[in-house]
Amino acid sequence: MSKFQPITFFCGESAKRREKYTLLPFRFTALDSVRYVATNLAGEYTLIERDQLQRLVSLQLRDDDPLYVDLRSKHFLADEHSRMAPDLLAIKVRTRHEQLANWTGLHIFVLTLRCEHACPYCQVSRQSENKDAFDMSAEHADKAVHLVLQSPNPSVKIEFQGGESFLNFELMKRVVLTAKAANGKLDRPKDLTFIAATNLAIVTDEMLAFCAEHEIGISTSLDGPRELHNKNRPRPGGDSHERTIAGIRKARLRLGRQSVSALMTTTEASLPKARDIVDEYLAHEFTGIFMRPLSPYGFALKTKFYRAYTAERWLQFYDEALDYIIELNRQGIEFREYYASTILTKMLTSRDSGYVDLMSPAGIGLGAVVYNYDGAVYASDEARMLAEMNDTTFKLGTVDDSFQSLFTNDTFLQALDESFAYSSPMCNDCAFEPWCGSDPVFHWGQHQDMVGRKPDSEFCKRNMHIFRGLIDRMEADAFVRQLFTRWANTC
Amino acid sequence: MLKLRGKVEALDVTSPQPRLVHLTQNADLPGALRDRTALLFKGADIQRMLGQFAASKSATKPFAAVLLCGSDEELACARELIREVRDVYLLPSDYSYLDDGDIVRLNPAGQSLSAVFRKNAPNNSVLLTERCNHLCLMCSQPPKDTDDSWLLDDAFELIRMIPQGTQNIGFTGGEPTTYGDKFVELVEAAKLSLPGTALDVLTNGRSFKNEAYAAKLGRVGHPDLQLGIPLYSDDPVRHDYIVQSRGAFDETLQGILNLKRHGVRVEVRVVIHQQSLPRLVQTCEFITRNLLFVDHVALMGLEITGFTRANLDILWADPHVYRDTLSRAVEVLRAYGMHCSIYNHQLCLVNRDVEPVYRKSISDWKNEYLPQCDGCARKSDCGGFFSTQVMYRHSPNIRPF
Repeated sequence: MSKFQPITFFCGESAKRREKYTLLPFRFTALDSVRYVATNLAGEYTLIERDQLQRLVSLQLRDDDPLYVDLRSKHFLADEHSRMAPDLLAIKVRTRHEQLANWTGLHIFVLTLRCEHACPYCQVSRQSENKDAFDMSAEHADKAVHLVLQSPNPSVKIEFQGGESFLNFELMKRVVLTAKAANGKLDRPKDLTFIAATNLAIVTDEMLAFCAEHEIGISTSLDGPRELHNKNRPRPGGDSHERTIAGIRKARLRLGRQSVSALMTTTEASLPKARDIVDEYLAHEFTGIFMRPLSPYGFALKTKFYRAYTAERWLQFYDEALDYIIELNRQGIEFREYYASTILTKMLTSRDSGYVDLMSPAGIGLGAVVYNYDGAVYASDEARMLAEMNDTTFKLGTVDDSFQSLFTNDTFLQALDESFAYSSPMCNDCAFEPWCGSDPVFHWGQHQDMVGRKPDSEFCKRNMHIFRGLIDRMEADAFVRQLFTRWANTC
Repeated sequence: MLKLRGKVEALDVTSPQPRLVHLTQNADLPGALRDRTALLFKGADIQRMLGQFAASKSATKPFAAVLLCGSDEELACARELIREVRDVYLLPSDYSYLDDGDIVRLNPAGQSLSAVFRKNAPNNSVLLTERCNHLCLMCSQPPKDTDDSWLLDDAFELIRMIPQGTQNIGFTGGEPTTYGDKFVELVEAAKLSLPGTALDVLTNGRSFKNEAYAAKLGRVGHPDLQLGIPLYSDDPVRHDYIVQSRGAFDETLQGILNLKRHGVRVEVRVVIHQQSLPRLVQTCEFITRNLLFVDHVALMGLEITGFTRANLDILWADPHVYRDTLSRAVEVLRAYGMHCSIYNHQLCLVNRDVEPVYRKSISDWKNEYLPQCDGCARKSDCGGFFSTQVMYRHSPNIRPF
């Protein structure tokens, strides 16, 4: 007789096969009429058909069913053959949330609310004049820098926002120089980086030289082809597109190819032009695009731009763009959609990309903090947009307050606590929760409630559709699966 | 295939004790170094130099041994010339690869010799024991349950003899951690004797389920240590079956986690065969989701030796047939940014997309090619075959480029 045992020996006795497993915590949501998406505690997913799911939860799944082995390996169920699931799940959950302990890494300075553009969809409610009233003061900026460097996070990014941030270039210089000097004096200097959000229309060579010297990245706006962009983003002379494109070229030459990124915003006029918008990014040598809907703040609400299209219509537009981008990749053209990449990182890895809107606990205050032009401190970019609409719910305090009192602000902590998706009604049962976020600012703005009414929530509708769409696409097509896995890992 | 150990004829030995000796072909080596050194004459040198050496020998300090390696005729002549010399070993020409700076173990009582360190070999593995708590279906070194702790004593001595500047050595088994704390001491001794030498250890990792043991190894702080640990499936039943030991999967995983907790580098090794193939891609996915922090993943072809020969029917898989599966597995690992390598495969049997991680990995002493490989344009890029693959089983789909 052989001294080697067959595999059945290691399976255990067949008579005991049934009801020998326990279910680990997992959630499921219908993907279509047949299949369910099930996610484990760490956000790993698998697709299960309805009758299989029924067998699984009623402890009738047999261990010789191939699905059984998959589900055990992915930590949906456990049996006597392995007790490693809790340890491995714990490591994965801990990895997902490890950035939380570092506290806020992104510090936004609203250098001025002034802007020479007059975009009707402006979500920050820009001002066109009165330098004194809408520029941040040097005193406030110095205090904000002091707060930034108190963050326990070993790596800190200061982002300059506006209005048009370069309209207050003198203050930008001051913040960069004082932050660098103060950082150098810390016992453990932080990895300190800078980025400037700008429409690039008024950027001069002197400004770019400063950016090059201090490695300040550029984040600009490009809504699409010239006609669309200029319609969306009017300015005196109607030459926003020309100036932006010229600025992108110049900035790349001075700062390096990877130092310029761009964002698009969708208006009603964008909707029929999904491919043209992607092509515009391709033509200007971008390697990806962030397809972004309008958010319900500022002029976007006032001018009714936000209500000009439904969530469904935007998703149709998003799908068209995403499918086109996938086809580009199939042709060998490397190009990605950044929102999908952000979500895929959550779906396919244990890392979190730290995108403020898709965090739970919410990203406000933890993922970003805003020092406004008037010295007020807000929990997020959207929080200060809401404040311009006279709702200061998410104001943490002012730059005169201590770091400790700002970040133990009662409303802020309450918002985090109440909106934690794992314990929110409906989110708690949702298979997509591990990938999703809570966005209390959005829901407060829309429903006057930190949690919001999920059946009415556009945030929920939009993200659920995208989660399903990403799964559908990669389950149907091995090429897409490979592409998405690469996106997930380089986000 | 080089013959690394076997029977030799030992003549007129001073002591029956086995010992490790350096080799030299310099008959004028200073007397101070001769205690630990054997003089080696090979082939024509036997005839040319031995007579002179035997004549002058009485005046100088003797070598630890004199090794004569050559054909039957050459050795027959030598017998006449060395009547006066003690501790002579007659080696068949199989051992003609032996060279200056090599280290051999002489066993006079057993009339045997093994080459334990070859100076010019890219890798030298030190066998620490043949005992093991696994009984892997494809074990190339079938375990024996006998006390072979003399191998460990030898290893301590060997690492003091291996020259500084050696790039890399390996500890292998059997299961090296069978020795418990003594194994950790050996790693520490390696660090002290050979601080610039990378150390690769092959272990099933199960001993490190005890976190204190992993911590102890971590505290050694060896500057370039890596443990190669096999994980044959994401399915615990399948892994336990392949290693023929219940509970192995969990203990190996715990071991990997504990080692990484304590800063020890870990390479996960997956041997590809009929029993691991059905879940190879899933296994790689499992590694990316659960063990992303390991330092390297090796996907390895089958060596046709040891138990593999007995179990060939349930193990053999033609790489030509599983090439697409291998590509998918590598794609998963690379997409997640994991360092990975394909070992022990022939270049014409893998898809082009995996070539960036394809390695020439087979140890020089058991590395061969087929006759039809002579015409291959890419032979120098190809890792070739295990000698045992040439002898017993290889893919019928070898196609020279």
